[in-house]
Amino acid sequence: MSTTPTSDRPAGQPGPPRLFRSELTRWASAPTLLWTAIFFAAPLVFMLMVSTWKRYRGKLLPEWSLANYEKIFSKSYLLEGLFNSVEVSLTTALVSALVAYPLAYVLAYQVPARWQRVLLILAVLPFWTSYLVRSYAWSVVLGDNGIINSFLIAVSIIDDPVQLNYRRAATVLGFVHFFTMLLTLTIYANLVQIKSSYRLAAADLGASRFQTFLRITLPLSMPGIMVGVFITFVICMGDFITPQILGGSNELLLPQAIILQINRAADFPMASAMSVLLMLTVTVGYFAMARWLRLDRV
Amino acid sequence: MIRRSNGPFAPYDRSWQKLSRRRFLKNSALTAGALATTGLGMPFSASAADSMTFLTWCDHMDPRLLGGYEEKTGVKVEAKSYEGSGAALSIKDQSAPGDWDLFCLDFQDTPWVARDGYLKALDDSRVPWDVFHDGIRDQPHAYTDGKLYGVPDKFGYYGIAYNKDKVDEADVKSAEIMFSDKYKGRMAVYDYYQPIIQLVGLSQGIAPKDITVDNLESTIRKPLLKLKSNAIVVGDIVTVLNALHGDSADMIIGGAEWSVALDMVENPSLDYNVFDEGALLWNESLCIFEDSAKEKECWDFIDWTLSPDGQRYLATSECFWACPVRKDTPLTEQEASILRWDQQVAFLQNAYPSTLGAPDLDAAMLDLWQEFLAS
Repeated sequence: MSTTPTSDRPAGQPGPPRLFRSELTRWASAPTLLWTAIFFAAPLVFMLMVSTWKRYRGKLLPEWSLANYEKIFSKSYLLEGLFNSVEVSLTTALVSALVAYPLAYVLAYQVPARWQRVLLILAVLPFWTSYLVRSYAWSVVLGDNGIINSFLIAVSIIDDPVQLNYRRAATVLGFVHFFTMLLTLTIYANLVQIKSSYRLAAADLGASRFQTFLRITLPLSMPGIMVGVFITFVICMGDFITPQILGGSNELLLPQAIILQINRAADFPMASAMSVLLMLTVTVGYFAMARWLRLDRV
Repeated sequence: MIRRSNGPFAPYDRSWQKLSRRRFLKNSALTAGALATTGLGMPFSASAADSMTFLTWCDHMDPRLLGGYEEKTGVKVEAKSYEGSGAALSIKDQSAPGDWDLFCLDFQDTPWVARDGYLKALDDSRVPWDVFHDGIRDQPHAYTDGKLYGVPDKFGYYGIAYNKDKVDEADVKSAEIMFSDKYKGRMAVYDYYQPIIQLVGLSQGIAPKDITVDNLESTIRKPLLKLKSNAIVVGDIVTVLNALHGDSADMIIGGAEWSVALDMVENPSLDYNVFDEGALLWNESLCIFEDSAKEKECWDFIDWTLSPDGQRYLATSECFWACPVRKDTPLTEQEASILRWDQQVAFLQNAYPSTLGAPDLDAAMLDLWQEFLAS
């Protein structure tokens, strides 16, 4: 009888032959690898190549050069656009996490099991509406004659409308509305996996509810938080619609510069170089959060 | 014993659930055959003899315009809208050769798109130039290397659209309004770098064709950034219209009939103007893709669009209104009034085509625009 210390198989029960297991693994993973190769790796390599090309008189000239990158780093407003993107994305991710955590906590621990599913559906309802429509809806709500200003004027808190639209706060608000739902799901999925015995043990040992939360629940739910934060960060970094509709393009974010290059100038090499820079930034973000990014815990 | 099945969902026959390789291949072949027969599953039925594909700005998708053509010719139009010539060409590049037939393109973009080999040269003698407004044909981008690549079919201006209840009508006559502190924080700016920079150029006495990399920096940059400091929002047409309707802005810089004429039917507070310093003219044009096999169908569509009825439908499209190129277009009194039909001769005489600059100038303008957005 041979058993390995790491095997979950009951002792004495033989598993499939090693050769079969490796063959099965290979075949089972082939479609995923193929998909990744065709739809991620190949386009990424192509984008890297194009980012070193040049567009002249409407044509792409495959001349290898770092001119596009040099241009990005020589234009302070493009670098500022990158920093703006990072700031907006991080702010959104942090605010969304702060809003989502209590919601997910209540759903996981305070709501009876039979109601959890209903409330989860209610929580994800905003996902069912178009992203574009939701942004325009916020724009209407925040407008000078929108609901908020109309209410504040009606109750005599203000005399004239306050500008709520077309500023960074409006962009962040639009993002937070969307990503709070995403974070609620990832955090909830993590929280329900934490065994209740841990909290009971902490209580038995004299920990208060706050101490239990701080030392048991919060550390164990970090993977859920960080996965949600990272996904939020990545999506925000690439979004150009909400900053334009709600932010009113009052500050430049790098995705807006990218779409400008594509839509208006068809300058794919420059757009590719900016995209590479954006991807590198996201990669740095990944490594910064990598220790918590464990999908098996979500 | 042969078991009779009442179809795949017969209650006791579960054989359909077993997916063998043979069954998979058989079903796949049947499905592919059915899709090929019905034309489903293809992006567009480009190869069908009785259809034509059309890449266009949204106004050419008006049901009266497309429906009228389909009714007259029996050829179905598969139309897809785009925003921006670059986006349109990326759609074209991602499609198989011959997938797209007709192309509605900004007239000023025809030279570079033609030089890139996308467009067929068109028969100039087929275009009824004599019924067109003066000034439509005589634009620097009308002919490329002596050949016609796009037939202009609609035009309008970049100027100012505004709320009459909030803005003095005397103020909208001059481009100086763009830099006036009187309306600081009340301006929405249309997010299109060429016309806005050209408008600012006109305000400084520089015609679009005279803009250079040098005067872009020395003369245009400063007032352009002043315009930004006056703006509350810079956005696409939906965004700036939303700002105007939501009272967040009182005017759209770069707007004109194309942005508010449709809304003026129901909202008499809205109006537009072109600046005394000069009207900035834009044109749409119909082009035929070089690899299209449907040249006859495309020309039939061009002929229909240039007919009096086609022109009226295009001018008053449900997407946006603007002026038809035909002088004898049968507009109603209200349509003519909103489109300022009786002033077009004067407007056109004071109009500068929104021309596309040389590549280096275009890149410099785009750089300046990004700085404008970031400021």
